[in-house]
Amino acid sequence: MDTRTAEFLEHVQSGGLVEAGDWMPDEYRARLLKFVEMHANSELMGILPERDWILRAPTLQRKLALTAKIQDEAGHAQLLYRIVEDLGKPREAALDDLVAGRSKFHNVFHYPTRSWGDVGVIAWLVDAAAIISQKALLKCSYAPYARIMRKICWEESFHILHGRDVVLTLVTGTPEQRALVQEALDRWWEPLMMFHGNPIPADEDPMIGWRIKSQANEDARQQFLEGYVPQVWELGLTLPDPKLRRLDDGTWSYTEPDWEKLMAVVSGNGPASEERIAFRRLSRADVDWVARTVLAEAA
Amino acid sequence: MSARVFEVFRRERAGAPMQHAGSLVAPDARFAEIYAREQYGRRGESDALWLVPREAVDQVDGFVDEFDLKYRRVDGYSIKERLKEARERAGTTPAHAG
Repeated sequence: MDTRTAEFLEHVQSGGLVEAGDWMPDEYRARLLKFVEMHANSELMGILPERDWILRAPTLQRKLALTAKIQDEAGHAQLLYRIVEDLGKPREAALDDLVAGRSKFHNVFHYPTRSWGDVGVIAWLVDAAAIISQKALLKCSYAPYARIMRKICWEESFHILHGRDVVLTLVTGTPEQRALVQEALDRWWEPLMMFHGNPIPADEDPMIGWRIKSQANEDARQQFLEGYVPQVWELGLTLPDPKLRRLDDGTWSYTEPDWEKLMAVVSGNGPASEERIAFRRLSRADVDWVARTVLAEAA
Repeated sequence: MSARVFEVFRRERAGAPMQHAGSLVAPDARFAEIYAREQYGRRGESDALWLVPREAVDQVDGFVDEFDLKYRRVDGYSIKERLKEARERAGTTPAHAG
């Protein structure tokens, strides 16, 4: 490692922040860019599973709330792609890579949604898992990203409440409604347990070394289990893992997810990967004329 | 065919300072306004926005205290010891607690 890189590492590890115009080592820029790009892609792709339910929402109120949540996610994608652009990758290139399957998005957006129960489980628990990671990113060494995360976390808190409200309505409804939530939960538990990634010891994770991330994957998952499993159980719902329990030391035991399966899913081999990417490709081609028109008019 | 970067500043309420919020890309000022309203104001979180083309921003930095001008700051003064001595000479107790 050269002196300048060593000084940079020392700077970020001791709490120093980095701004867009500052010098940064190539490795830091590359890792940060890939990470933020995946985050941006996830916000954009996260719209699609919920989009399917706008027209099928059970009430007008639910339709409006779901639409607002989707609008927030589109807005988060806009903010995050700005970070990506300032790190050196044009938005068009990022969108091209996404539809070509050359870049990744979060595992949970590679799965289909089968019922309105899924909408509640996603908004409540997927967003809860996401906000744990996002809150940890408030401490990211790259200051423009950390600042944008403040705005994103502020909006996400409404999403979780909306999801919990949907779930509470269903569990206090008819036996069929209750069964919808339980069935959705049974399907979503595996992807939820994979969401924070395989456990990498903090001192071996270069993302933590550069202080891009400040929370180890397993810590995030434990925080999720500690915060949300009791909330699921108190509704009389069950989780499909016989090993799931809180140990005397306060940590949670669970069945180790299949990490190879996670890698396959995020590499575009999930049950809905192909359909989602194809839809994104189609929408992109559909609105291409808008981009060309406004840019031509401005020129 | 090109788009420009606009830096976005937002004010939470009248009387508060304009603070940098982020940036956006737009083909021109009209689109910049539309995008800014959506991305930085749709939840009522802003009372006003400033949109500044990035190339119009002149950054000034590098404020080095070369001459150690700490006499201009409160941390440049340490009076505890001398105050104690002054009180002892005058035979008084502290006027204020603490």
